[in-house]
Amino acid sequence: MQDPDQDESLERQIDQWRSYLRRRQAIHSVDVAELEDHLREQIAALVDGGLAPDEAFLVAVKRMGELDALSREFAREHSERLWKQLVMPASESGEPPRARTEAIVAVCLAAAAALAIKLPALFGISLDEDLGFYARNLSFFVLPLLVGYFVWKRRADRATLRWPAAGFVGAALLANVFPFAPQGYTEALTALHLPIALWVVVGTTYAGGRWSDGAGRMDFIRFSGELFIYYVLIALGGGVLSAFSALIFQAIAVDIEPFLESWLLPCGAMGAVVIGSWLVEAKQSVIENMAPVLTRLFAPLFAAVLLTFLATLLWTGRGVDIERNVLIAFDLLLVLVLGLLLYSVSAREPQAPPGAFDVLQVVLVVGALLADAVALWAIAARISEFGFSPNRVAALGMNVILLVNLAWSALLYIRFLRGRGPFSDLERWQTDYLPVYAIWAAIVVIAFPPLFGYI
Amino acid sequence: MEINKDLIAASSTPIVLGILAEGDSYGYAIIKRVRELSGGHLEWTDGMLYPVLHRLERLGYVEARWEVAESGRRRKYYRITSRGRAQLAEERRQWQAVDETLRGLWSALSIAIRYGDVASTPVPQGV
Repeated sequence: MQDPDQDESLERQIDQWRSYLRRRQAIHSVDVAELEDHLREQIAALVDGGLAPDEAFLVAVKRMGELDALSREFAREHSERLWKQLVMPASESGEPPRARTEAIVAVCLAAAAALAIKLPALFGISLDEDLGFYARNLSFFVLPLLVGYFVWKRRADRATLRWPAAGFVGAALLANVFPFAPQGYTEALTALHLPIALWVVVGTTYAGGRWSDGAGRMDFIRFSGELFIYYVLIALGGGVLSAFSALIFQAIAVDIEPFLESWLLPCGAMGAVVIGSWLVEAKQSVIENMAPVLTRLFAPLFAAVLLTFLATLLWTGRGVDIERNVLIAFDLLLVLVLGLLLYSVSAREPQAPPGAFDVLQVVLVVGALLADAVALWAIAARISEFGFSPNRVAALGMNVILLVNLAWSALLYIRFLRGRGPFSDLERWQTDYLPVYAIWAAIVVIAFPPLFGYI
Repeated sequence: MEINKDLIAASSTPIVLGILAEGDSYGYAIIKRVRELSGGHLEWTDGMLYPVLHRLERLGYVEARWEVAESGRRRKYYRITSRGRAQLAEERRQWQAVDETLRGLWSALSIAIRYGDVASTPVPQGV
């Protein structure tokens, strides 16, 4: 008869040994299972031979060999495991079959999105003639399917879906009921702001029940950044595919450009959103996030450009030339700097002490604020001359929202650098601010068209 | 007596394939069989057998399957394939050639020792 206490301590020891093995990248969980079977058999044989269980464990572990040497040997045989693979057949690596189901679901939803954008064409609404219709409704072809994907993936219950569904239906009504002037400003503004508002709605389903939690919103920010990068990569691949197919069909004197323009481009653009989302979800724990890497790379360069710009401005004493698009340009600058800030925040270890990169971030943010302040000053001085057009109000509103965010971020960051506050304050500020963008975008979509007479 | 690592590594393929040619088996049983056969001279580090098995599987010499053993645990069994048998035959030819060469050498040496030639043969110095 074996002593149950000893059995328990043996199990604990085996658990510990297993967790050591699991940490080795080259040894997969199936291999751990195989080695564990070996270890248990060996222990049983040794106990039969008269050893106490813990002695048997020690001997068996010793015979198994040193972990470092073992994992080196596994790495030599399975060198591909040191390269983290994203698209892998799930059958043998011991992953659950759900990974394959997910791939099928994602591809089906992507195909549905690709078909959805061709649906209006059945009713005589063509891409060439009714560009406005497509611009206003772009979000509705793909985002509901993306929501469907997250609902499926998170196994969300129906009740939580009510608000997102209501948001989508309401937005679809507004976008199509308002009597927009053809190719007017307000139509363009709606087309631009609707996706922003709805993207945050997608975020609530992405986060599942964790939207009210700052960490859930931060995950959505990370997801958005990675999706953007994957989307750009897929778009690049799509460009190569189009160019290549155009070339080879040209060789046999067939012009496939109409097909590329009316099918490959719109269908691909829609499907890629779902496929990109699926890839980001699948890779989440497998591959390093790209957005923070790019941030590290470009934050110093942008900081250098901004500082040079400010220095040149001071040196030459030139005023900012108020051209038509200058406000938009400074909006984009703020968006960019905010993105750089956001993605470095998203990847930063909150407990780490302030470092050189943090100082650089502050320099970048303060530089952007100064540049924007100069531009705003120039614009404010002459805005009465221009009057308020919907474009200008929308751009100004966005500018103010970004300015408030960055100014407060700079303050929190400086406080952190001086050791007066935790880094998590900055993180919370950023995640709490997310709904503000959605609310502003919703205001532009809902209030601007009637306010400015649908011009 | 301890057999050196290179020799163990080189002989691991024919030994594992040979044991599997006797019948399907799994890691622990293979190690046990090696110990039996070698009279304890071939001391394999147990864990090192598995990368070898995985390599043979990748090369298509063996096939693996998971089964539930009588202990109730899941266990990975290996079976030799026809390619594995062909490889085993090939290894066997090579090892026999090595063995014959060495045998010839050993017997020549033992004759030489008997006649005392070795003692008078100058040993090369400073190599």
